Amino acid sequence: MEQFIEWIKQPWPWYVAGPMIGLTVPALLILGNKTFGISSSLRHICAACVPAGIPFFTYNWKKEIWNLLFVLGVAIGGFIATNFLANPETIVVSEATQADLAALGITDFSDLMPADIFSWENMTNAKGLLFFVFGGFLVGFGTRYAGGCTSGHAIMGISSLQWQSVVATTFFMIGGFLMTHVLMEPLMKMVGF
Amino acid sequence: MTKVAEKKIEVQDPHCAAPNLREDHDKGLELLKYLVIGLIFGIVFVKAEIISWFRIQEMFRLQSFHMYGVIGSAVVTGIISVQLIKRLNVKTIHGETIEIPDKVFKKGQVIGGFIFGLGWALTGACPGPLFAQIGSGYTVVLVTLISALAGTWVYGKYAHKLPN
Repeated sequence: MEQFIEWIKQPWPWYVAGPMIGLTVPALLILGNKTFGISSSLRHICAACVPAGIPFFTYNWKKEIWNLLFVLGVAIGGFIATNFLANPETIVVSEATQADLAALGITDFSDLMPADIFSWENMTNAKGLLFFVFGGFLVGFGTRYAGGCTSGHAIMGISSLQWQSVVATTFFMIGGFLMTHVLMEPLMKMVGF
Repeated sequence: MTKVAEKKIEVQDPHCAAPNLREDHDKGLELLKYLVIGLIFGIVFVKAEIISWFRIQEMFRLQSFHMYGVIGSAVVTGIISVQLIKRLNVKTIHGETIEIPDKVFKKGQVIGGFIFGLGWALTGACPGPLFAQIGSGYTVVLVTLISALAGTWVYGKYAHKLPN
């Protein structure tokens, strides 16, 4: 058992994590005829809290409560993994990425998230505005406009062989590449990195 | 909240997986099964370091295979599973026929997809990892989540005015 716990605390390789994520698709279908998708939860929260008479949010969100329980589970799973199954070693970030990010002003590579960005202190300056407020807005607006995110399109949509999801996923990647290689540097300079 | 309102939504937003209008057998405690699947999912997200901002940067910089391996093998597993379900005519645990709604092509998949991609690279998170990051104690990500809710809300408000 102890060996098992030791083993499970190591970072899990892609060939363990990927199939487990993929199995969420049949698990949800077989357990409840539900199609996998996470960004919908954001819509349901809007519908539950601030529908404001907008037709897009006027539906019986209570029928979608499974989706909200699912994301609550994701948060609890994150808590369990971080507090009880955490890897005692520091994360190994590829050296090329470290070099690229160092050039952008990221100095701390010891945690899953760069402390240079992910701190409450940054909410008092423009860094938080860029990474959390602006970034988060793009995620919420973009996924809803696209009708799904990495789970709903890239995994569920492509799993059921829907070409529309291949299109969506391609544009997720194009957006990500453009941000990473072109926009990120000037934006980070602008907010004081 | 009425049936009429739900139908109206369907017409306006036919490509979105939600709202799910099929009959629901899950009542009360049975709904907890979704919490359990989510919980396992959240553990995988953290243990495979998918929630890491660095892993997303490595992916977009083509400097690590990890995320491509994760997404690729997830998709392959999903395709095999869906094909098996269809060919073997697997039913749900309640005996229903499994239905997967067809997606309809919309300009949003291009424009919205692109916008989401920009945000994905900045925040290092798609909506799933967002919840796992918060659970992991990166509480500042709550700001990202609230902003994502604001983005979703603004989309909902102006959806009818956007090209689609």
